[in-house]
Amino acid sequence: MTERLDALLREAFPGDEVSVEDRTGGGDHFQVNVTSPRFEGLSLVEQHRLVYDALATPLADGTIHELRIKTRGAS
Amino acid sequence: MSDEIRDQVKGIIESEDVALFMKGTPQFVMCGNSHRALEALRRAGAPVTAVDILPDPRIREELSALSGWPTIPQVFVRGELVGGADIVEELAESGELERKLEEKLGPEYRGAGEERVAALG
Repeated sequence: MTERLDALLREAFPGDEVSVEDRTGGGDHFQVNVTSPRFEGLSLVEQHRLVYDALATPLADGTIHELRIKTRGAS
Repeated sequence: MSDEIRDQVKGIIESEDVALFMKGTPQFVMCGNSHRALEALRRAGAPVTAVDILPDPRIREELSALSGWPTIPQVFVRGELVGGADIVEELAESGELERKLEEKLGPEYRGAGEERVAALG
């Protein structure tokens, strides 16, 4: 599951720094970190929305039980 | 019936100074992320109105439809989505949450009220 989220994020943020951690080892509690120049000038809400958009399918189908997000601009 | 719940959710978002949609209540929190958001708001002295989304699945459906935010908790200050647990925690740590509360609610917001719970449905 970590690989699937990782792939979805890399597709949405090509070339950017992405990492996914399975926080509990159970395959449903995740910490994702994304560093992207696309975040620059955006509010945190807007930044997290981009991450949610990338992970819309696993969020909607219940694969992701809990998601923690950390976003950073690239500069 | 769903329209009624949507109107209630909308009413809370628009009329409460600080609305926290969470799993459980401040007295009995049912989720780690809801706990993190509540604690961050408490540290900032926010007058929180908490809404438990668990009693009826339609509350969460209507809330996410209105906000476009897929996860719980969700924090609103005077109608504006401030974020979920990660953002609220980050803003609390940088002091930005208190600045936002002051800007939206006035410098006296800390005395504005205690935590309360609003029940929907």
